[in-house]
Amino acid sequence: MSLTDLTIKGALEGLKKKEFTAVELNQAHIDAMAKHKDLNCYITETAGHALTQAAESDKRYASGNTLKLDGIPLGIKDIYCTKGIRTTVASRILENFVPTYESTVTSQLFAAGATCLGKLNLDEFAMGCSNETSYFGNVISPWKSKSEPNKQLVPGGSSGGSAAAVAARLCMGATGTDTGGSIRQPAALTGIVGMKPTYGRCSRWGIVAFASSLDQAGMFARTVEDTALLMNHACGHDEKDSTSSPREVPDFTQSVGQSIKGLKVGIPDEYRIDGLPEEITAEWDKGIEWLKSEGAEIVRISLPHTKYALPTYYIINPAEASSNLARYDGVRYGLRVDEGGNLNDMYEKTRAAGFGPEVRRRIMVGTYALSAGYYDAYYVKAQKTRRLILQDFEKAYEKCDFILTPPAPSAAFGIGEQIDDPIQMYLNDVFTVTVNLAGLPGLTVPTSLNSDGRPLGLQLIGRSFDEETLFRAGAAIEKCANFKAHPFKGDAA
Amino acid sequence: MSNLIKGNTGEWEMVIGLEVHAQVTAQSKLFSGAATEFGAEPNTQVSLVDAAMPGMLPVINEYCIEQAVRTGLGMNAKINLHSVFERKNYFYADLPQGYQISQYLHPVVGLGEIEIDMEDGSTRKIGVTRLHLEQDAGKSIHDQHPTKSFVDLNRSGCALMEIVSEPDMRSPEEAAAYLNKLRMILRYLGTCDGNMEEGSMRCDVNLSLRRPGEEYGTRTETKNVNSIRAVMMSIEYETQRQMEVLESGGQVVQETRLWDPNKLETRSMRSKEDAHDYRYFPCPDLLPLEFDQAYVDKIKATLPELPDQKKHRFTQEFGLSLYDASVLIAEQNRAFYFEEAAKGNDPKLTANWVINELLGALNKAGLDLSESPVNAKQLGQLVARISDNTISGKIAKDVFAIMVETSQDPDTIIEEKGLKQVTDTGAIEKIVDEVIAENPKMVEEYRSGKDKLFGFFVGQVMKKSGGKINPAAANELLKKKLA
Repeated sequence: MSLTDLTIKGALEGLKKKEFTAVELNQAHIDAMAKHKDLNCYITETAGHALTQAAESDKRYASGNTLKLDGIPLGIKDIYCTKGIRTTVASRILENFVPTYESTVTSQLFAAGATCLGKLNLDEFAMGCSNETSYFGNVISPWKSKSEPNKQLVPGGSSGGSAAAVAARLCMGATGTDTGGSIRQPAALTGIVGMKPTYGRCSRWGIVAFASSLDQAGMFARTVEDTALLMNHACGHDEKDSTSSPREVPDFTQSVGQSIKGLKVGIPDEYRIDGLPEEITAEWDKGIEWLKSEGAEIVRISLPHTKYALPTYYIINPAEASSNLARYDGVRYGLRVDEGGNLNDMYEKTRAAGFGPEVRRRIMVGTYALSAGYYDAYYVKAQKTRRLILQDFEKAYEKCDFILTPPAPSAAFGIGEQIDDPIQMYLNDVFTVTVNLAGLPGLTVPTSLNSDGRPLGLQLIGRSFDEETLFRAGAAIEKCANFKAHPFKGDAA
Repeated sequence: MSNLIKGNTGEWEMVIGLEVHAQVTAQSKLFSGAATEFGAEPNTQVSLVDAAMPGMLPVINEYCIEQAVRTGLGMNAKINLHSVFERKNYFYADLPQGYQISQYLHPVVGLGEIEIDMEDGSTRKIGVTRLHLEQDAGKSIHDQHPTKSFVDLNRSGCALMEIVSEPDMRSPEEAAAYLNKLRMILRYLGTCDGNMEEGSMRCDVNLSLRRPGEEYGTRTETKNVNSIRAVMMSIEYETQRQMEVLESGGQVVQETRLWDPNKLETRSMRSKEDAHDYRYFPCPDLLPLEFDQAYVDKIKATLPELPDQKKHRFTQEFGLSLYDASVLIAEQNRAFYFEEAAKGNDPKLTANWVINELLGALNKAGLDLSESPVNAKQLGQLVARISDNTISGKIAKDVFAIMVETSQDPDTIIEEKGLKQVTDTGAIEKIVDEVIAENPKMVEEYRSGKDKLFGFFVGQVMKKSGGKINPAAANELLKKKLA
């Protein structure tokens, strides 16, 4: 078995037993990155940096003073500021921006011994569901359509580079961010595990802000247990983020393997939307059967305000984005296009050249939604609806312990198929945005390939700060689904 | 008292409201740990948050909240236990985030009032609409380069209190009195140094005219008015301007105007149509500000005696005139000085010495009270020596002059210079007798009814004694001997 096919848990055991070194483990991934450069997963590769870190890990393995993630090669979504390493947010406006500081989440991961292979591609400023809005070009999913082998599939987005890299074995785990589904949807489309924790679990400090009240960091890996282990280190209170929770972080790996007997699983009526592909419904039903077989009880629930979730989300998200992105003005850092003229000319030229069409669209929509005369009709109403959506969940959790839904309305689609239709593109978030609006944790687990060879998964939604139940139930589904497909080896791996 | 102004078509009344931006006295900024010291080298007091680097988040500085609550309590205002920080969005080179974090719909402090003192001794209450906290912007500097503007972010993110008055003022004098009193309160509380020259207190003037008794007219807002004198001048200028517009049949345009301190005029900056749409919305990076009444009560318990309380106590407890009390409480350390000096002394006499002699001398020397060569204890001792007849008031002035020069204790000076009054009756009698003997003609005239000449004898006696005789004792003896 190739070193890149190991789980994180397996790699840590191998390192401890000195079956291979951290440098070897990292080098194997660096080689894989070179081999699959065409997937365009990484915006910036930091092989040298990873090997230096790995050498330090090896010293610790030699001395016996090892750290919890010692030597594990990770990819970092290029929205996390990394000290001394270019951080672009896949935007021209920050094309050459090198932070002098390290985000809280990445500094915690690196402090636990993880290494940094590079900065992963994403939709520009995390705005997108297909990783096609990146200034550095789209990411290509490592998976292939059986019927159209020449068609390139999207990895999902916005954390498309992260998901594709983990699926393609170009790193063992990766950071993501999830504002409306940006971890859970690409995880589903690439056949891996992705966790968006409760809002406030992870510090947002040092992560480029998109929509602050919705943004949350999270992790990708190929197993539920690996994801739980990474989340142990990604989470935690941070005084530098006023919205981060002081709640203690449990050892999430302890939840993996625990029985789910007696747990109540909510199945929301409103998620059975019209036009949902048969394969998605079928996968959902399979999930229900698996959970039943593990002793869980199925409960029908109602989340009546679900139909308002997308419009609500697409008011709040661009409103906050329009304000958060105001700082990219060409004055202090980043791109500046100054062709004479006054300050406003410089702003307009810089921002027109620096931002791509989707970013510009959101800034325009958000600015409009916050404008005098429209604020009450849009923003205030959206905030009210947001509260109703949260109340839906609170009511549902009186009857169930977690909720099972599809993570996305379809398997991966082809590159270019939806990019010219923003409404169609936004619909990809239909099952995920409610979770961000309510600030709840969500977990995607891969379950199978569809008849065309494209991955499918399931989404688990938990109570506020109850990631543990999600890891517990996610591991149960993982066991039942026994998903072993490998993008480069077929089902045989 | 009528403040109406006469125009060609009748009388007009000014309606004035003031918005004051007061920089909170604090070691660090409102949402970052950067220092706030005035006058540091440009861009040396700037954190990653203040420069709005990607991914940076604001964290509230609790001390600034405490200062705002303290200020609210000092204005007898309602403290809101729930308030919200919002973003005020606009683009400018010295506004790194592209928005200012401010408070809008839910300010930390609500309705309050400030009592102002007018020259004629009357007082009026001016309503305070609200006080809210917000971040300051940086500073744009346009005069350092022919084509470029420079930006200094030292001030970016410093905590400001915006204190908005009701449109309750009716004259430039009232506006000045309001600013004076507000500044005094801020300084007493230690929440803002009130220094308008350094920009730590800035003022915008809202002004409209109306016919007495009628509805408010259209107002203008004048910015950049950075001294109390400028506030008064801008009000006078703007009143004239608006009156001319109205009397010639025109309408005042609602707009923002700028005070030009060189040309002494206001000029249009932007009209209502060009006004920014600030797109306020709650800042998602900050939780709503919540505290309980116990927190407010705890701050309330630490409030110092405020200017008005002090003034009333000085008039009641010490029997001072309203004028004297007002002068003494104008600065907190002046009031402290007075009270220290008045310990065990006649308060009125002490007040006279502080106001007339001490402040006069300091003013002449260009010194602040904190730099006074004469401390309160020493001045108190001097007053005591007048009261216990050790020296006369006249000699006391000489002693005081030496104290100002040398910072010596008055007793030391009196001792060394031998200025003690002569109290030995025999010695006084001797001098009186000599004076009578030396001036037979005057004695004769006095005795024949020219009472006014008595002063001459007193003068002679004082002169002969070098001023050291107690004038009362001299008078008594003279009266007896001349009778």
